[in-house]
Amino acid sequence: MSRNAYERVKLARDNNRPTGLDYIRHIFEGFLEFHGDRRFADDPAIVGGIAKLDGMPVTVIAMEKGHTAKERTRRNFGAPNPEGYRKALRLMKQAEKFGRPIICFIDTSGACCGVGAEERGQGQAIAENLMEMSTLCVPIISLLIGEGGSGGALALAVADRVWMLQNAVYSVISPEGCASILWKDAAQAPTAAESLKITAEDAKSLGIVERIISETEMGEKPFYDRLRGLLTEEMKELSRDEDLVGKRYDRFRRLGVGAVVKE
Amino acid sequence: MAFLNFLKPKNQLEEGGRSSAPVQQDAGEPEKKCPNCHREIPLSRLWANDLVCTCGYHFRMKARQRICMIADKGSFFELYSGMKADNPLSFPGYDNKIENVRTASGETEAVICGTASIGRQKCALFVMEPYFMMGSMGTAVGEKITRLFEYAVTHRLPVVGFTVSGGARMQEGLLSLMQMAKTSAAVKRHSDVGLLYVAVLTDPTTGGVTASFAMEADVILAEPGATVGFTGARVVEQTTKKALPENFQTSEFVLEHGFIDSIVPRKNQRKYLARLLQMHDGRAVL
Repeated sequence: MSRNAYERVKLARDNNRPTGLDYIRHIFEGFLEFHGDRRFADDPAIVGGIAKLDGMPVTVIAMEKGHTAKERTRRNFGAPNPEGYRKALRLMKQAEKFGRPIICFIDTSGACCGVGAEERGQGQAIAENLMEMSTLCVPIISLLIGEGGSGGALALAVADRVWMLQNAVYSVISPEGCASILWKDAAQAPTAAESLKITAEDAKSLGIVERIISETEMGEKPFYDRLRGLLTEEMKELSRDEDLVGKRYDRFRRLGVGAVVKE
Repeated sequence: MAFLNFLKPKNQLEEGGRSSAPVQQDAGEPEKKCPNCHREIPLSRLWANDLVCTCGYHFRMKARQRICMIADKGSFFELYSGMKADNPLSFPGYDNKIENVRTASGETEAVICGTASIGRQKCALFVMEPYFMMGSMGTAVGEKITRLFEYAVTHRLPVVGFTVSGGARMQEGLLSLMQMAKTSAAVKRHSDVGLLYVAVLTDPTTGGVTASFAMEADVILAEPGATVGFTGARVVEQTTKKALPENFQTSEFVLEHGFIDSIVPRKNQRKYLARLLQMHDGRAVL
């Protein structure tokens, strides 16, 4: 069962893996999709709207890669543009207004890399999400379901709970990128993947995720039922918490403190 | 880095004040070629002009030299100076690399934090160090910046920050990535109590620093000609296989697209910052 880091990367990137919309369709009821960032465009790489989780109204936001070649192209292979992050933030602020919990599904190799994305402030869009999510006063659960590519993934993961699928990966840089920068050789990606500590187990032991979701029967009804059960239970628990924002601050505040030594 | 040799010893720099410079030029004095106008400029002249060429090109500047340039003489008090990253992931080669960088740069980490006065206006100040792994953000950088914002909340101080960074430090993996969220949350807390944060983006400000505290300031300034962007230009070019627009990811480009407030040349920065701080201070007297 235990696979090495680069095998996980390949599994996380597998076209046949369930995508964000699959999770939305099978876990929630009555999904209404809301489009657009109200500023520039609608980004098909991020899908968002409202739905019911076991009867409870929630805001759902998912990165979507698409399954077919045509769909994948339309979705920009799940690489969001700034307007995608701005749409997500708009929907999260809306959730806060109406007291709805937020659930995010993350699956991206990274934020879109392009001239347009830079012109429209990719860095600023991500930064704003990180800042604003840190004080949203409704519960947030983020699930990494495939690739968790750097800042582009983190922009939907400033959450009260972060969960990872067993073979999802979460990394500051792609193993190929890391290998070509450090060793001028993208073929050393498997070594980089190992060194970067990107597996669900690594992320859990570093305190970056709370729960690892088993991929047994992934994509089938029992899998989604199990996930629905876990999400419902956790949301009920979080909804009772009166110091969500304070605890969310502390959750990120402690990360890396242990690695800092004072002389 | 021969470029660093002419820098004054660290202790002298820590005394603060504007960088006064030796102006007389010895025969055979080292020169540096300006990448913009291609002229050879004597280092002493560059030093006297805050590392700005007569053509206006801004050379990279060591953090401590920048502190001397910006802070009132003797006002800088350093905080968290001993804080440095361990090798939290036991990343291969990182221990050696960071030791070499520490020896070469004379710094323990890629950001210097403290309190200072600029034009008699007190502030919390952070300055990132281009000669320390190109200002990359690992756990120590994230922790120092977070602490500075928390300190500024406690002491009700504005924050002035000079950014320079290649992004998150990959040798610290996910823990580096998390510093983006951690610093952003600290900036938000500082903002929510009504305090001013001014960022000055210097060459280069990219990646995870652009996508966190560099772009979260109330007022965002940049030095002329600095690279400011998220994904590196070479990666964008290779991925899209298209020619990049002229001025792509420069200060001028991000100004035109609405992401910064103003471009401020080095020689005007001190006055500009002093005025900004003064206008946000209830006790301001002109």
